[in-house]
Amino acid sequence: MKPRPFDYVCPDNVDEAVALLAAHGDAARVLAGGQSLMAILNFRLAEPEMLIDVSRLAELDTIREGDGKIEVGASVTQNKFLAWPALATKLPLLAKMLPFVGHFQTRNRGTVCGSIAHADPSSELPLALAMLGGEVVLRSKKGTRVLAAKDFQLDMLTTARESEELITAVRFPVQSEKQVAFREVARRHGDFAIIAIAVVVEEKNKFRLGVGGMTGRPTVRQFNATGDAAIRDAAVALGVELEGLEDMHASAAMRRDLLRNLAPVVVNEALQCAA
Amino acid sequence: MRRVNRDQRTRINLTLNGRAVSADTEPRMLLSDFLRHALGATGTHVGCEHGVCGCCTVLIDGTAGRSCLTLAVQVEGRAVRTVESLASADGKLNALQQAFQNNHALQCGFCTPGILMSFTDYLAKNPKPSEAEICEVLSGHLCRCTGYAGIVAAIKEATGSK
Amino acid sequence: MGDLVSKVLGTSVRRKEDPALLSGRGRYADDLPVPHGTLHAHVIRSPHAHAKILKIDVAEALTQRGVWAVITGEDVKKFSDPFLIVLKAPIHQWSLAVERVRYVGEPVALVVADDRYLAEDAAEKVQVDYEPLLAAVDPLAACKKDAPHLHAEAKSNEISVRAFSYGDVKGAFAKADAHVKLTVDYARMSFTPMECYVVVAAYDPIAGSYDVLANFQGPFSTHPVMARALRVPGTKFRVRIPPDSGGSFGIKLSVFPYMVLASIAARITGRPVKWVEDRAEHLLAASTGPNRITEIEAAVTKDGRILGLKLDQLEDYGAFLRAPMPGPLYRMHGSVTGAYDIPNVDVINRVVLTNKMPASLIRGFGGPQLYLALERLVHRIAVELKLDHLDVIKRNLIAAKSFPYKTAAGALYDSGDYQSAIEMATGDGRLADLKRRRDAARAAGRYYGIGYAAVVEPGMSNMGYLSNILTAEQREKAGPKNGAVSMVTVNVDPLGAVSVTPDVTVQGQGHETVISQIVAERLGLKVEDIDVVIELDTAKDQWSIAAGTYSCRFTPGTAVAAHMAAMQIRDKLAKIAAKQLNVLPNDIEFVDGKVRSRGNPDNAMPFGRVAGTAHWSPAMLPDGMSPSLRETGVWSPPELEPPSSDDRINTSLTYGFVFDLCGVEIDPMTYQVRVDRYVSMHDAGTLLNPMIAEGQMRGAFAQGIAAALYEEYVSDESGAFLSGSFADYLVPTVSEIPPVEFLHQETPSPFTPLGAKGLAEGNCMSVPACIANAIADALGVKDISLPASPRRIHGLLAEVEARQKGESVRAAGGAR
Ligand code: FES
Ligand code: FES
Repeated sequence: MKPRPFDYVCPDNVDEAVALLAAHGDAARVLAGGQSLMAILNFRLAEPEMLIDVSRLAELDTIREGDGKIEVGASVTQNKFLAWPALATKLPLLAKMLPFVGHFQTRNRGTVCGSIAHADPSSELPLALAMLGGEVVLRSKKGTRVLAAKDFQLDMLTTARESEELITAVRFPVQSEKQVAFREVARRHGDFAIIAIAVVVEEKNKFRLGVGGMTGRPTVRQFNATGDAAIRDAAVALGVELEGLEDMHASAAMRRDLLRNLAPVVVNEALQCAA
Repeated sequence: MRRVNRDQRTRINLTLNGRAVSADTEPRMLLSDFLRHALGATGTHVGCEHGVCGCCTVLIDGTAGRSCLTLAVQVEGRAVRTVESLASADGKLNALQQAFQNNHALQCGFCTPGILMSFTDYLAKNPKPSEAEICEVLSGHLCRCTGYAGIVAAIKEATGSK
Repeated sequence: MGDLVSKVLGTSVRRKEDPALLSGRGRYADDLPVPHGTLHAHVIRSPHAHAKILKIDVAEALTQRGVWAVITGEDVKKFSDPFLIVLKAPIHQWSLAVERVRYVGEPVALVVADDRYLAEDAAEKVQVDYEPLLAAVDPLAACKKDAPHLHAEAKSNEISVRAFSYGDVKGAFAKADAHVKLTVDYARMSFTPMECYVVVAAYDPIAGSYDVLANFQGPFSTHPVMARALRVPGTKFRVRIPPDSGGSFGIKLSVFPYMVLASIAARITGRPVKWVEDRAEHLLAASTGPNRITEIEAAVTKDGRILGLKLDQLEDYGAFLRAPMPGPLYRMHGSVTGAYDIPNVDVINRVVLTNKMPASLIRGFGGPQLYLALERLVHRIAVELKLDHLDVIKRNLIAAKSFPYKTAAGALYDSGDYQSAIEMATGDGRLADLKRRRDAARAAGRYYGIGYAAVVEPGMSNMGYLSNILTAEQREKAGPKNGAVSMVTVNVDPLGAVSVTPDVTVQGQGHETVISQIVAERLGLKVEDIDVVIELDTAKDQWSIAAGTYSCRFTPGTAVAAHMAAMQIRDKLAKIAAKQLNVLPNDIEFVDGKVRSRGNPDNAMPFGRVAGTAHWSPAMLPDGMSPSLRETGVWSPPELEPPSSDDRINTSLTYGFVFDLCGVEIDPMTYQVRVDRYVSMHDAGTLLNPMIAEGQMRGAFAQGIAAALYEEYVSDESGAFLSGSFADYLVPTVSEIPPVEFLHQETPSPFTPLGAKGLAEGNCMSVPACIANAIADALGVKDISLPASPRRIHGLLAEVEARQKGESVRAAGGAR
């Protein structure tokens, strides 16, 4: 389990990083926290010719607020974001979801953007971005492009990032809703979820439900429903529509049943949050 | 811009356990291998090389992370701390180590250095964790021998909650 | 024993091992320096479950930077013979595949290079052409006539079938009120030590000898297997075991084929060769516990008394039978009736080979498979006869007064009081509390069940048990096999410093501490005064084929040999001191570092002075005494006899008892099983160090939970392996291990001088059975497959809901 050879480059700024991507495109991979990429390299599942290490770019290590959005730079670690003092008030859903991302030790190095770039179907951060209607900031020599979450993650481990683009930041709109809940079912603590469900209550009888782990990318839907039975029915319909992934740990039917069982619970949990 | 080509060896300078050290490496060398085989710090162990087991956990600039998911070239100029730094020079165990012995928190001891380093970081940030918080951090490590109870008891003892 | 009254033995002395391990000063195999010029190896493995190797093209790989050699099956054939196995069957396994691959992950070639990174690079340039063959993956299908054969000459995949009959099973079934029958599946899993395999091999062409450092655990009965494979006498195959090893749990026996492979590589390259297994290789191909399908049936009276028992056990060993397999199928043979007094039993043991990773040694070694079947059956007897499960257990237990008790299949249970152990475990309101919790949960419509498991835990295997796989006539021809020799040497230097060399390998069991306790106790010294040197070296240390750490042989075996060696030294020193103190040897006692007269304690010499006499002044020794202060205690208990002509065998020396009870709740929303409360009662005879003993139990408990709920090696129908990373093979973290309450009772074994029994495997055997019983109780279902993953629980709940629907339809009188 030793990586194949590659060139290692540690640019001094974003412009250099972007120039490297322009020159090398697909042959290069961006190394931020390395918590997914390094494991892939150790298994020799990828063969980049070059690693561009952005983990030390100070200009990307910032959490900024502006335009009603919280912008998280590409080298901000998950634990740094979790420790950001305004998280619970400005992004209450993320405050609930971030502790489920990996473990203390992996959050220390794993980045917020890296997890979103990796686009695992059941990981928490892509689901949070989708739920909150966030966006991804991509930079290339041609300029900057901003993609909405739904346009960014296309499928399992697949995104709309062009090979010469660097994800410089993601942006989460400051949340006005305070009633949020999150729950996931995993085999072990800290594992990728079999299913992850997030709920944001928008107004009375109106809520947004996000699901990870059912298909190649997170699904977010709005519902007007009251009462467990109605929510359950809605979840059943959603399950039928999404079908669900099939793997060693869970059948598609089990994922659908989990969605049916848990959707009302998570909605109720959200409703219980003080508005 | 620092660049090291694949076949090139480069000298990495870092602080290891408070001492300036350096050694040559190629860009793909994992920090875990670098520590163990280039710098002789064999107290850091390798149990999976894919970030799950936690055996290889070290502190980089004071923060606990997996050295198997880090490249040696990434610690240029940084301070790395490993389990070898915990006891005093005459071999006296620190409070956390001593609590591990008192509570039979290790058997084969292979997982132990990583766990000690995780908690060296974590307890610096949260000196009085609850049992749930201890378990939350400990869940980033696999131990096959102990069933974990002794480890939890040791950390509770070390943090004065026992 | 007079002055042998314990001061440190039997107390929870803190471990001597810990300070070094806590300081990063452990000496694990990969930490030790290697000779300059050592090369590094990487194994190329089969991607196919079953295929012919058409061609291996190494040309391009050999041109890569830093590459010294690419070794293939052809080379291995040149320098070695196939490994010996217990059966006379045409199953040839070398350390690399020859002509054919038989499981995904099977070693096909070895790349040797300047470092591991380069070896892995070059491996990608090796071209292997395969012709895929149909694979036999499922053990039942593999037994069918039309199944693809793994070993053509063997003509069948079912390579051994042995039927045993004890007592009158036919009669028992004829007069029984009822027959209760069950089929139980035990899945493949491993206990994946955190440290993987490490081997460093060197070859000396002048002496024609190999020198191998490896974190091998034994049994050393494998040493002759390796030496024979390399075509050298044992003395030319030196094996050294590093002082620390990162866990083993049986798994590090199976490093042995790689010890031979690295040896061949060292011979071919003329350089020392090091190989460090990585986790991907370990999960894919290191070793697994065997999967077993057991058909079990009891003949019972209407009050649940078991009159007779039939077991048909089909065990799947994967692609090859590795020495000493099929151990798990035979190790429990004497105790196949568990804790129960069942005079009539028939057993059929079948060994099948399939296109999967070979199975081998693993903690519990046949116990988990046996007890899942037996204890599930006892639960089914209760369900089918509408009796209380605990009552059925109690009704069948071996009576306390009947020890030593001879089982139907020939085990001689040394001691025990199962009834009082169960009273203790269920007492103090424990069972009442569980029932309260269950009733409350059920009243609220939740799924809650109580499980029990009663387990007899063998310690120190009879090396002859495996010969029961041969018929009596075959055994006669081959010569009887039996016993389990333990050897420990105690040495006293001129200053009176004491060192001890035991015949164990260490993977965290605290042997150094316990041996120090024993020897210190006997010699009137402090635990710190004893140095235990645990770096077994076959060229220099005493060892027998039983050496190593496995089958809980430490406490009943090595610990006794340590006691004997210390007593031999003590007798000698007593005689030396008696002469100088002018008293009789039996007036001598060893206290606080002094050797003194019992009658007149002031008449004393320091321990070191007495020892010095032997070294410096042989003339002062009693007449005829040899001056050596190096004594080897050799322990060979007479109870470990060869199998009798009617196939009865005392499979082990000691037999501990474990009784578990637990409550589990099943979450119908998430399909997860939550262990609500768990109590485990142990009788392991005398405890030598209660803290270390309980540590072993806790470790086994966690592994039992792993087997019950999390860990499984999964292959698909084609034989592809699906559990290849720690993200898919689920080792529980602290969050998954429930609290457990341990209780102890001590009925000393009369068969060992220390009274101590093996104790580190019991919970691996009891926990899966206990949890399976609790789940069956919670859901009212019969067939429970482990691990009880959410996926499986989801399936079971569907069954339950369908049944409930059916019942309510019936209750409503409809649908007719
Ligand atoms: S070796 Fe790094 S996490 Fe396992
Ligand atoms: S003590 Fe052996 S793995 Fe933790």
